[in-house]
Amino acid sequence: MIETKNLSRKFGSLTAVDDLTIRVDDGEVFGFLGPNGAGKTTTIRMLACLISKTSGTAKVGDYDIGNSADQQKIRRIIGLVPDNVGLYEELTAYKNLDFYGRYYKVDEHKRRERIEYFLKLLGLWEKRDLAAGTFSKGMKQKLAIARALVHDPEVLFMDEPTASLDPEASKTVRDFILDLKKEKKTIFLNTHNLDEAQRICDRIAILNTKLMAIGTPAELERSASGRKIVVQLERVSDAIISAAKGVGTGDVDVVEGNALVITVSNPEKENPDILSAILAAGGRVQFVTEASSTLEEVYLKLVRSQ
Amino acid sequence: MDFQNAWAVASKDFETFKTRKGIIYATIAFPLGIALGFPGILAAIAYAYPSTTSATAASFSPFLNAFSFWFVIGAATLPSGIASYSIAGEKIQKSLEPLLATPMTDSEILLGKCVASFVPPIASIWLSSVLYMVLMDALTRPWLRFLYYPNWSFGAMVLLLAPLASILTIELTVLLSARANDIRSVQQFTGILFFPFIVIYVMTEIGVIQLDVIDLLILSGIFLAADILLFYLSTATFKREEILTKWK
Repeated sequence: MIETKNLSRKFGSLTAVDDLTIRVDDGEVFGFLGPNGAGKTTTIRMLACLISKTSGTAKVGDYDIGNSADQQKIRRIIGLVPDNVGLYEELTAYKNLDFYGRYYKVDEHKRRERIEYFLKLLGLWEKRDLAAGTFSKGMKQKLAIARALVHDPEVLFMDEPTASLDPEASKTVRDFILDLKKEKKTIFLNTHNLDEAQRICDRIAILNTKLMAIGTPAELERSASGRKIVVQLERVSDAIISAAKGVGTGDVDVVEGNALVITVSNPEKENPDILSAILAAGGRVQFVTEASSTLEEVYLKLVRSQ
Repeated sequence: MDFQNAWAVASKDFETFKTRKGIIYATIAFPLGIALGFPGILAAIAYAYPSTTSATAASFSPFLNAFSFWFVIGAATLPSGIASYSIAGEKIQKSLEPLLATPMTDSEILLGKCVASFVPPIASIWLSSVLYMVLMDALTRPWLRFLYYPNWSFGAMVLLLAPLASILTIELTVLLSARANDIRSVQQFTGILFFPFIVIYVMTEIGVIQLDVIDLLILSGIFLAADILLFYLSTATFKREEILTKWK
C-alpha cells in the first residue's frame, strides 16, 4: 500500500529524511518511532503530498507522490490526523465532520450516515451540536480521527494521536485504531510512545533521519542483543557456569541469584546441549525461559548509537 | 478549477463568520452608518442653514461624491476582519494542514477563502448604498428638482472601485498571513490601506479631485493593476509547500 525507495527530504542544508526505504502492506498498522526532529512528520507530509520530496520515490496505493496528476488521487484515498488536531473550534462537532465530508465530495446521505456512525462509535453523538472548542483534548483527538475517516480512506496517517492525552483517552484512541485494523485500513502511525507501538503495531520502523531498524516488535526486541535464554537453577556453581560456557556459543551471565542468562545464536539447536551440560554438571533446573531486550532498550540503543 | 470545492471552503468560512459577532456588527454597522449618517448630516446642515437648500447640483456634487467614497473605504477595510480570521486565523489554529490534505487544489482553497472574505462586506456595502441613494434622493430632490442618484460616478464607485478595493485588501491579507503570528497584527497592517483612501477623501472634500467618472476610472485602473500584481504574489504564497514549510 505504501512503498518508499531512498526517499529523502532536505530543508536547505538540513536533511530531515535520509534515504528512507520502507514498505507498508495493506491492512497493516505500521508504527514510525523516532525522537523529535527524526523526520517522522516530514515523512507523513511527503506521503500525504503536502510537501515535495528532494529525491527518491514513493508510492501510496498505485500512485506516485512525485507525479502531480497522482497527488490529488493520493489525497483522495488517505486520511490525515495531524499532530495538532486543527479543528474548526467555533463550529460544532457535526459541522466539522460535515464540511470535511463536503471537501471530499461525499454525498449528503452517506455523509450523514458516516458522521452519525463515527460520532456514536467515539461517544460524541450526544455532543454533536457543541462547538469543538469546548471539547477536552481527548474528545478533540477523537473528533480529528473521525474527520480523517469521514470519506472512508484506504490509508490513515496519524501523527502522534495520543500525545498529551490522559491514559483513558489514550486507551480509547488505541482501541479505536485496533477497530480500524479489523476493517483492514492501512494505518501509518507516528508515535513517541513505545508501549503504544508495541501494543498496536504489526511492524515498527525506528527513524532518526535515517532508518535505523524495521521489523515486528518481537523481531526488533531480538535484534538488539541477539537471543537469550534464562535458566533458573536451584543453585549456581562455577562448575555449572563452566559447563554452560563450554557448550554455548555466547556469553553466560549470572543474574539475580541463581539465574543464568545465556546468549545463544540458535536456541532451538543449542538449548538441548546447554541443558544437558548443566544437568551433567549437577545443576537442578527449575525454569527455562526466553529473554529479550525490551523495545525501549532497542530504541534507546539505536537512537543513541547514531 | 472546481467551483464546487471553492464554494465548500467559502461555506465553511461563512459558517465561522456567523459565530464572530464583532465582525458581523462591523460589517453591517459601518456601511449602514454611512447610509444613515451622511443623509443625517446633510439634513442637519439644511435645518441649521436653510440657504443650503438653494445650492445647485454642481456645488453639491463634490460633497456627495466624497460622502459616497466612504463606501469604498468600507470595502477596503471590512474584508480584513474576515480574511485575517480565515487565513491567518486558520494558520494559528492549525486547521490549514488537514484542509491542505484534502483533494482540493491550492487555487480552490484560496478562491473559497477570498469569496468568503469578499461577499459579506460587499453585500453589506451594496445594500447600504441602495439605502443611501434612497435617503439622499428623498432629501435632495426637493432642492435639486431631479434625482441625484443613481449616477455614473456612484455606480463606478460602488460597483467597480469598491470591489477592487476589497480584493486588494484580501490579497494583502493573504500575503501578510504568511508572515504574521497573530490575527491582530494582520488587521493592523491591512489597516494601513485606510490612509491612502482617507487622503483621497480629503482631496475630494477640499476640491483637489472631483471623483467624477474619469477620476474613478483612473483610480480603478490603478487598483486593478495592484490587484493583478498582488494576485500573482498571493497565489505564489498560498501553496501547500510554502504554507507548511515557510509560513511562520
